[in-house]
Amino acid sequence: MATNNAISPKSPEIIDDVPMGIEDKHPPSNPSKLTPLFVVEPPRGWVSLQLKTLWAYRELLYFLVWRDVKVRYKQTALGVVWAILQPVLMMVVFSIFFGKFAQIPSDGFPYPIFTFVALLPWRLFAGSLAMAGTSLVMDQGLITKIYFPRLLIPLGTVFVGLVDFAIAFVILLGMMVYYGIALTGAIFTLPIFVALAILTAFGAGLWLSALNVQYRDIQYIIPFLIQVWLFATPIAYPSSIVPEQWRFLYGLNPMVGVIEGFRWALLGQTSALDISAFISVVIIVILLASGLIYFRRMESTFADIV
Amino acid sequence: MSDLAIRVTNLGKRYHIGERDNHRTLRDVIANSIKYPVQVARSWLKQEEHPQATKNTIWALRDVSFEVNQGEAVGIIGRNGAGKSTLLKILSRITEPTTGRVEGYGRVGSLLEVGTGFHPELTGRENIYLNGAILGMTRVEINRKFDEIVAFSEVEKFLDTPVKRYSSGMYVRLAFAVAAHLEPEILIVDEVLAVGDAAFQKKCLGKMSDVARQGRTVLFVSHNMTAIESLCDWAILLDEGRSVSKGSPRQVIPEYLQEAFSSLTQQVWLEQAEAPGNDDVRIHRACVRPLKVNSSNLITVHTPFAIEFDYWNLQGDNNLDLSIHLINEQGILVFDVGRVERPEWQANDVPLGLFRDICYIPGDLLNDGMYRITLFVSKDQREIYRAPDILVFDVQDTPGMRGDWYGKWPGAIRPTLKWTTQQIG
Repeated sequence: MATNNAISPKSPEIIDDVPMGIEDKHPPSNPSKLTPLFVVEPPRGWVSLQLKTLWAYRELLYFLVWRDVKVRYKQTALGVVWAILQPVLMMVVFSIFFGKFAQIPSDGFPYPIFTFVALLPWRLFAGSLAMAGTSLVMDQGLITKIYFPRLLIPLGTVFVGLVDFAIAFVILLGMMVYYGIALTGAIFTLPIFVALAILTAFGAGLWLSALNVQYRDIQYIIPFLIQVWLFATPIAYPSSIVPEQWRFLYGLNPMVGVIEGFRWALLGQTSALDISAFISVVIIVILLASGLIYFRRMESTFADIV
Repeated sequence: MSDLAIRVTNLGKRYHIGERDNHRTLRDVIANSIKYPVQVARSWLKQEEHPQATKNTIWALRDVSFEVNQGEAVGIIGRNGAGKSTLLKILSRITEPTTGRVEGYGRVGSLLEVGTGFHPELTGRENIYLNGAILGMTRVEINRKFDEIVAFSEVEKFLDTPVKRYSSGMYVRLAFAVAAHLEPEILIVDEVLAVGDAAFQKKCLGKMSDVARQGRTVLFVSHNMTAIESLCDWAILLDEGRSVSKGSPRQVIPEYLQEAFSSLTQQVWLEQAEAPGNDDVRIHRACVRPLKVNSSNLITVHTPFAIEFDYWNLQGDNNLDLSIHLINEQGILVFDVGRVERPEWQANDVPLGLFRDICYIPGDLLNDGMYRITLFVSKDQREIYRAPDILVFDVQDTPGMRGDWYGKWPGAIRPTLKWTTQQIG
């Protein structure tokens, strides 16, 4: 039967879609009879990314991020202090157990700053991934009642962590002054590594959020995944302690390149930024592209199965 | 001829039964992938459904076609499950059709729920912006209408209070105020008027007819026939996913009422052995019928009606008594009545044979809504048999008597009582 695709993972064909209100100042325009403003048809074939539509909905993206940022520390006693407290406490714990007791090397830097430099991008990544992964299910009220490009939901969540990151970054700068570490010109490459951390979270978040719509198992997998990922990333230890024969496999974790990039950009670590940064970029592109394709294919079914 | 706003052609939507409730688990998928690896891979590649999944489907919408011209207000009516919400969801592009096509000639704003996206932790002010953006307004537009929205909502004093502290009435007022200031070319509204108090409803309806009068197109789902009749230019009646009637509200509404509420107003059991009951009594027939027979054979709030039971008494000298419970759609027992007097011919006990009991219920007593009847049979004051929900029927509201108010009339009953007014000073 030709009509067998009620929940097939495909997307609608939507032509030139713009949210209303952008141009429709008062009297309704007189649309041409020949070209409909939009067409809804059964999903079929490959679909575009709808970049134009995404752009048209940029204000909604802004408001979704704004909402999540506003709500983040509502009704907490310490409020935004948590954005500082969490990475600082983790740094303290890591410094005591890994730096002091386990005597893990730190490439010649004081252990606290060595690990803090890595904790910031890690928390940005892990927080964004956790939020993106459950975002569609959290916003199912919107998905079942309003039309907009669903991509906005996981996309919005990855920006939320940036606020925490920016706040904690001030602490990092303070620590660098304290430890007498001078900034180098490499710091100007930092935004690239921030972007890579976000893109990694977004790419993985696309997969997880779309899968979570159908399989709620994902929400239990995410914390576990993040924990394993933490061990597989050089945060508490330098990547130099990874045995040579494991290096390639290890480098497939895109966060390895991101963290090393951070250490390089901020601490001016000489050894870093080798081939691993390049591999990271390749992996991130693959993750992102496949995530986008999967998400767009599943998008049309979200409202029906969430 | 006016310009087209929406053209719907052969629209169909198929759901899998249970799809909404049963989230498939990864375990099933992994198990299937091992059991039927080829099929699963092929279905993924070719975007076909899994061979096992083609059973158990239901067409929520089937071959629906219609055209709406600009500036028209169209009512969509039908029973629960007739496909109204599915149709609105497709028109709003929330979900995709399985077959057919929709062409829209204008920006669509849909209002399927009041307060979509409201966040309880945010203040009223913040939610106006958030909700406005979610409904499709731009920030500039919200800024421009902000004061108007606040005035409409009547919650000025609480603008900086988180909406979780609002009463439900305030919450709904604020949510509707935002939605009411949406100015799309095509407005799609699901049953949202059944909220709020009478004065606020009046305000909302006024706003909606303004929208329609401004030349915007409105598609409106409601169970409230009075609202449909006064707001809509024409109406579509859906039944089991198909569009069964189109025309003026005056023509379509009676069709809907008749078709929707044939419920369970009569049951007959011809074979005594198969009839419900026991060794003492068996039910032959149960029915609800209006006493004032009108053309539509409906029971309205004004219609006196009768509840009848025919039953066989199977034991000689049985001291049988029948009584009924009338239960409304909220599950409230409206009344429990039985026979008041014994018939004269019946000295003591009911002889063997077939009997008919009729309970007369006056008009202007019950409120509108669905009612269920449970029959009780007792012998020597002890219950020996009960038939739960043996009859289900609807008491219709009648348009025209209620002025500007479209909400449900409050109260378990709605009697017409004697009421006098005199000047005494």
